[in-house]
Amino acid sequence: MSRTSLFVPLGVFLLIVGVGYAGFKLNDPHELPSALLGKPFPEFAAPLLADSGTVVDRTALLGEPVLVNVWATWCPTCKAEHEQLLRIRESAGLRMVGVNYKDDPAKARSWLRQLGDPYEFVVQDADGSLGVELGVYGAPESFLLDARGTIVYKRVGDINPRIWRDELAPALARLNGVAAGGKNE
Amino acid sequence: MIPELGQLSLALAFCLCGFVAFFGLAGAAWRRQRWLDALGSMVTGQFVFILLAYAALSQAFLADDFSVAYVANNSNSLLPWYYKMSAVWGAHEGSFLLWTLIMAGWTLAVALRGEHLPAAFAGRVLGVMGLLNMGFLAFLLWTSNPFERLVPMTPGEGADLNPLLQDFGLIVHPPMLYMGYVGFSVAFAFAIAALLTGRLDTAWARWSRPWSNVAWAFLTLGIALGSWWAYYELGWGGWWFWDPVENASFMPWLAGTALVHSLAVTEKRGTFKSWTLLLAITTFSLSLLGAFIVRSGVLTSVHAFAVDPTRGLFILGFLVLTVGGSLALYAARATVIRSPARYTLWSRETALLVNNILLVISMALVLLGTLYPLAYEAFTGGDKISVGVPYFNAGFVPLMLALALALGIAPVLQWKRTSPTRLWRDLRWPLAISVAAGLVLPLLISGALAWQVVAALTFGVWVLVSHLWDLLFRARRGLGRVTLGYWGMLAAHLGFAVALFGISLTSVLSVEKDQRMSPGDRDTLGEMGVLFEGVGNRSGPNFVAQRGTFRIEDGNEVVFLYPEKRRYLARESVMTEAAIDAGLFRDIYISLGEPLENGAWAVRLQLKPFVRWIWLGGLLMAFGGVLAVSDARYRRLRRSVPVGTTVADAA
Amino acid sequence: MNPKRRNRLLIVLFLVAGSAATLALVLVALNDNLNLFYPPDQVVGGEAPVNTPMRAGGMVLDGSVARADDGLGVTFILTDYQGSAFTVAYSGILPDLFREGQGILVQGKLGADGVFQAREVLAKHDETYMPPELVDIARGGGP
Repeated sequence: MSRTSLFVPLGVFLLIVGVGYAGFKLNDPHELPSALLGKPFPEFAAPLLADSGTVVDRTALLGEPVLVNVWATWCPTCKAEHEQLLRIRESAGLRMVGVNYKDDPAKARSWLRQLGDPYEFVVQDADGSLGVELGVYGAPESFLLDARGTIVYKRVGDINPRIWRDELAPALARLNGVAAGGKNE
Repeated sequence: MIPELGQLSLALAFCLCGFVAFFGLAGAAWRRQRWLDALGSMVTGQFVFILLAYAALSQAFLADDFSVAYVANNSNSLLPWYYKMSAVWGAHEGSFLLWTLIMAGWTLAVALRGEHLPAAFAGRVLGVMGLLNMGFLAFLLWTSNPFERLVPMTPGEGADLNPLLQDFGLIVHPPMLYMGYVGFSVAFAFAIAALLTGRLDTAWARWSRPWSNVAWAFLTLGIALGSWWAYYELGWGGWWFWDPVENASFMPWLAGTALVHSLAVTEKRGTFKSWTLLLAITTFSLSLLGAFIVRSGVLTSVHAFAVDPTRGLFILGFLVLTVGGSLALYAARATVIRSPARYTLWSRETALLVNNILLVISMALVLLGTLYPLAYEAFTGGDKISVGVPYFNAGFVPLMLALALALGIAPVLQWKRTSPTRLWRDLRWPLAISVAAGLVLPLLISGALAWQVVAALTFGVWVLVSHLWDLLFRARRGLGRVTLGYWGMLAAHLGFAVALFGISLTSVLSVEKDQRMSPGDRDTLGEMGVLFEGVGNRSGPNFVAQRGTFRIEDGNEVVFLYPEKRRYLARESVMTEAAIDAGLFRDIYISLGEPLENGAWAVRLQLKPFVRWIWLGGLLMAFGGVLAVSDARYRRLRRSVPVGTTVADAA
Repeated sequence: MNPKRRNRLLIVLFLVAGSAATLALVLVALNDNLNLFYPPDQVVGGEAPVNTPMRAGGMVLDGSVARADDGLGVTFILTDYQGSAFTVAYSGILPDLFREGQGILVQGKLGADGVFQAREVLAKHDETYMPPELVDIARGGGP
């Protein structure tokens, strides 16, 4: 065997790795630019899921930190996430608002009846227009807002125990710390 | 508390692996005998600590400690205890813990059985294995900690183990598979050690051969079990899907099979050396790639459990370091290792070369089919594509038939050269018998001549007869002189023939009917009558089921089969539990589809001739691999330290 | 040429010819068995070729599943919830995880009448897994 042919296996391997890496990058939906981070939550007016006659707007989100969660009944990951949200609501007492994204209101209502309802209220976004404003890439997605309605944290994908512990809970603690500090002044 | 102890044990094991790697590799390079002497206790230590961690996780499962995230996600208080034990490796984190435990076990085995190895060589082998396990443990500790707590969000009840995994086949399948995957790390470590020292001789091949054989046997068993599991548990009677996860285990098997044969040439003839090294590296790399494919979610498929990019990136980095590093080492150092090539066209060397080439081509075929969709997606910017099953079959059938053809000639061939006249003399009868059998047997079995069946039976009988012919010839000189190594080879090769029969006959002769049946309806399956008596309810420990009753009339024999449609309560998931009447020559396989109106059901009736032979062949192959390891010459080698084994460092 | 050399040459020739033939066969087989995936908007929009083996997918539209009165024929509609939907015809047993509102892959051919004749229906395998082809659809049309 000549010297150069000994490098053939290495070359083949590097080629495979290159392709693998390219495909991998492509499959990774978590690395999205978060243009909205640090910006105020966009203005909106949307009907409540519980009562289509009542329209709420951005002011309903103000006052204390809130987690805005984009979900839909057609999204399997949302179902897994839902359980986590219920737990967080119970243990951490975090205020939650739902955005029911491109969904059928009747189905969404029965889903909440069956699985439990962690949300203070849910707004309908049947045509996905609020989603467009928010740059929603898919469901589930979540936004953490401070008391003034500024987006301080964004998560594309589900909130699982790891995300809660490593990202969301610390972000919330920082918010509460700032809020507490503000009161002391 | 116990889970924290488990995590602490893992961290300690990680440190010990680091010590093993350092003292093994540095001790060999700098000739520090005392460093090398200390390796044994460190290796034992890492095994014990990982075992403790494993026990801690098992305890968390048995005690229903749902504050541990992994337990909460994969167990349930209603789960029977044996499934709680096996749920430990039911998902990503735990299965990797099992992986590191097995890795530590193999390292310990090398340390214990390696006393006949030159100390410096053993040090390098153990050092490489320590380095590998360090990587695995780092993966476990930093990206997939099985002991992660759900505090303060502790759920009251677990989400239950995936119902598909609540089954005997899946209890034993992953450990067997991992024993195989990880077992090839020994051959890999031997190869790296040989490259580092630049020394590779017959003794080296003799040392590494038993390890490769055992790993190969485990992998064979693992794949056969996986196929058997898919057959009865997925509910629709398929036994191989060319699914990326299956391919991930099949590729190291193909490369490993080539390795086992190439090692034989290196041991007996001192040639094929650099090829053997490359195969050792390839086989283990493909095992790692298997872990990468299954765990990273890059290629999602019907059984992919976990989708997590961070983990994928870690494994990719680990792969690049391990595989890239070893292939670079190979490219730089393999010229030092020279093989004398003295053989002719008609020789056993050539036959084994052909075997190797066919196996490597098959492996490349599977690799291409598995990675092509990914490459396509990467280069077209997101277009999705899938490679159809016919691609794999079209490539595999001719390759395996060619392999069978070569395999039939192999036992008669001698090393170096064999005269063609002698070949003809020894093979003309087996040839005649197999051609005759290929024409007569299909008529006896199915009453028709399908060309696929004719081809497969001809080639299968060809392997069978030529091996038995050779055995007969040897038996005349006294069976006592036939070594265990030969018996092992015979068993494995006959296993191949048996699997070939099973695969071809099942594929061509199976009867499959999807029917609408109402209670009281009759149908036929082959020559049997099938009566659908109706559906009743039944409840299990963690599921409720609708159970159908089918009466099968085969001449005067009557069999009842009870397929089920189960609904598992915790996950609300529906599972088809097929009913099988198993037999050596045919399986009757009935599954309930879905309920239609008026009490009618969609039903799948299947008759699968010779399907058991597929797994029987696998068992025979694995048995042959183990039998060959028991050969006396490997035992001799344990007692006597080979002479002239001082390490000649070229580095 | 001495016999040893001739032998080696024979071996090399044999190997080269064998490998080349195999490679050619493999590439032909690969080319014949590639199935492109089409989401509903491409099926409806005429981008998907007619009478060519392919994969398509979408969510099963609520209330669209219709079983034939006898036999195992079934039709259902796959949609992306974005305004594109097409009908699938299939004969046989549907997978356990086939449910209305769920993501489904179908393998088969698109007929000239716009009805997809499915040879195989694939559902996601467990609660959290979704076929990769469908993730983009579920996420609302893709990137």
